[in-house]
Amino acid sequence: MADNKKKSNALTNNALVKKIGGQQLVVILVMIALFIFFCVASESFGQYSTIVSIMDFSYYVTFIAIGVTFALMTGGNDLSIGTGMVCYSLIGGFLISKLGLPVGVGMIVTILCGMLMGTLNGFLVAVLELPPFIATLCTMMIVRGLGSIITGGVSLSWPAADAANGWFRSFFKMTVGNTKVPVGVVWIILAVIIMSIILTKTKPGRYIIAIGSNKEAARLSGVNVIKWHMLAYIICGFFTGLAGIAYAGTFQTLTPGTGAGLELDAICAAIIGGTSMYGGQGTIVGTLIGVFLMCILKTGLPYIGLQANWQQIIIGMVLILAVLMDVLRTKKRA
Amino acid sequence: MGEVILTMKGIDKSFPGVHALDHVDLEIRKGEVLALMGENGAGKSTLMKVLTGIYKKDEGTITYEGKEVEFENPSAAQDAGVVIVHQELNMLSHLTVAQNIFIGREIMKGKLIDDEKMNEEAKKLFDKLNIEIDPKEIMGNLTVGKQQMCEIAKAISHDAKVIIFDEPSAALTEAEIEELFKIIRDLRDKQIGMVYISHRMDEIKAITDRVTVMRDGTYVGTLITKDSTKDDIINMMVGRVIYEDPKTESAVPKDAPVVLKVENLNAGKMVRNVSFELRKGEILGFSGLMGAGRTETMRALFGADEKDSGDVYINGKKVDIKCPQDAVKEGIGYLSEDRKRYGIVVAKSVAENTSMATMENFMNGLFINKKKEEEVSWQHVKALKTKTPTVETEVVNLSGGNQQKVVIAKWLTRDCDILIFDEPTRGIDVGAKSEIYTLMNELVAQGKSIIMVSSEMTEVLRMSDRVIVMCEGRKTGELDISEATQESIMHLATQRD
Repeated sequence: MADNKKKSNALTNNALVKKIGGQQLVVILVMIALFIFFCVASESFGQYSTIVSIMDFSYYVTFIAIGVTFALMTGGNDLSIGTGMVCYSLIGGFLISKLGLPVGVGMIVTILCGMLMGTLNGFLVAVLELPPFIATLCTMMIVRGLGSIITGGVSLSWPAADAANGWFRSFFKMTVGNTKVPVGVVWIILAVIIMSIILTKTKPGRYIIAIGSNKEAARLSGVNVIKWHMLAYIICGFFTGLAGIAYAGTFQTLTPGTGAGLELDAICAAIIGGTSMYGGQGTIVGTLIGVFLMCILKTGLPYIGLQANWQQIIIGMVLILAVLMDVLRTKKRA
Repeated sequence: MGEVILTMKGIDKSFPGVHALDHVDLEIRKGEVLALMGENGAGKSTLMKVLTGIYKKDEGTITYEGKEVEFENPSAAQDAGVVIVHQELNMLSHLTVAQNIFIGREIMKGKLIDDEKMNEEAKKLFDKLNIEIDPKEIMGNLTVGKQQMCEIAKAISHDAKVIIFDEPSAALTEAEIEELFKIIRDLRDKQIGMVYISHRMDEIKAITDRVTVMRDGTYVGTLITKDSTKDDIINMMVGRVIYEDPKTESAVPKDAPVVLKVENLNAGKMVRNVSFELRKGEILGFSGLMGAGRTETMRALFGADEKDSGDVYINGKKVDIKCPQDAVKEGIGYLSEDRKRYGIVVAKSVAENTSMATMENFMNGLFINKKKEEEVSWQHVKALKTKTPTVETEVVNLSGGNQQKVVIAKWLTRDCDILIFDEPTRGIDVGAKSEIYTLMNELVAQGKSIIMVSSEMTEVLRMSDRVIVMCEGRKTGELDISEATQESIMHLATQRD
């Protein structure tokens, strides 16, 4: 009898794990449940302005989450994206507000900074073969200091929406009549479509998955693993640059030395969305779903009276849960 | 007889401490299957790795299609038409079958990968080879046998002129081997030159045209398969008699007490309802193919991995082993198959390794009694004939066989009554092997009991008193050594669900 019981236990465990395989569906359901929960718990949550602020918040998280998905796909990671995003945005903002350069130049420089740091990360990981965790932890320290040095340690802003050169903010939020329209969602959708195609339908994407799946086998098949491994980090850097622009477009003030911890939102989102930390597995759409779960959670918590410190505790726990699911999933595969 | 397509002459290759290849010759002809035979460690795989550019040769020439060549890396060899189907599978488990076959040379439609076309091409390839595999299936979901077929299909799709099969049948069922042979005969008709590395004599007789034999890194000779007998080939392979002959009957009395009893052990997919008994003074062989679940069974028994269910009795008493510490307390010692990862700490001295499992016996209050550690280590070094200049020598400087002896010494300090030897002679040269065998025999003569997991059939037949055979996580049979033969074991080892 005891044996039978154990067997049926094992069966339900299996079924549970299989469901985790269809994780995206589960995540969407959790997301809806969360949304309903917040609406019920707080009258003011269900308003249009809340949706807009969830959206505001989602732009830069989506960009760094898409980027880090590529690093994760190779079996690596990139911890420099949170701090990096703020750093590149500060550099761009410095050029615009202190040196008086056009906004367009500031935007391009922001993206270039991201790609440059991505190249450095890629070099450390793919060529020098440093552990990604340590390598990007170090570059995180570097960009953190760099942002402070370049701006002289003081906060700055990109032009406000009503300023003459504040046009870039309408990339993300347009005011039509009295209503604010979150147009940034268009860019998000575009980015998700393009990066999905790159990941699943082009050589770079295929080889990045191959590297995460079995690097040695990819190398023996004649794939230039160093090049494509580096590219994953450059893509990650590029999106961190984009995130820097979105961050500047969403927030009024940029403070040097901030941004640390935001990478965890992105990594958490990607893993919740089904990307494996062990590499080789994941989708961009999954990451997007993960991002929205995170954004609803982070936006909703203050509405039920849980402020910043509580948010950190909860994000930490959600990340543990997400990683645990990943570990279970990988164990079952093996 | 076909014309020569590839010649290797005077190939020499040394690794630190090992002269792996000593001026070896090899000749591959069009439309012919050449068997490459030799005991484990004879240098077959090394020779093939030199040929395909995985290793650089120190000396010698390779002539391919009339020109001297030296392939920079496996993909250069591939491009030239020399491909290898590896013993260990090189697959990308997250990608589909077709994506695996075309990795590195995807079929494109403009800038995008044309997966549909790749699926079609893979299907055509499989049809040509009479293989039934869905190109859209994820590689990780296939059985080992099917994965092997994909590897072969991938090799063939490179427009290969020379194909090397490195023990392709090691993980295949009999039906799958038949399928493989059909493919090989087909390729022979298409004038492709093939090298077939295997240990199984009947396969060699069935499929190959000539046999080249290697021993201890040297070229011994080449025979025409149909004109030679099994014994001819074995004589060339073994050359000198260094092992005892296979055991013909068990040395253990029928009424010897059962020291270990395992009942319905389950752990994950790889250990399913395994039950067995170990008697005092017995060497119990565990045989099976790659991935049969033998190591997993031992790890679950030892508490290294979690078990789902099952009971373990030691000397008739039920014990609950939850972790390796529990197992050690019950007098079980485990010599891992992967010495470097689990067995020894290579950067530490012989003495430090020897005392590691029994630190408490070497303590002087809070401090380690170095003197005692050295004394005890010396005793073991002498008893086991470990070749080391001093006990302070770092283990990394010893040969594989002597490293293994340090691991054995470590468990002997614990005075374990039950020793699990997982692949005790893997990566050890022939001389040291027979020393390990002698040592194992001495241990059981002292009344200890040994479980020996081994993938080498000859080793199982020489050492065991009883043989348990596993396949896909299940115990498929139990043979007394008097009734065990290569054939009977292989039959059980391929008995799948």
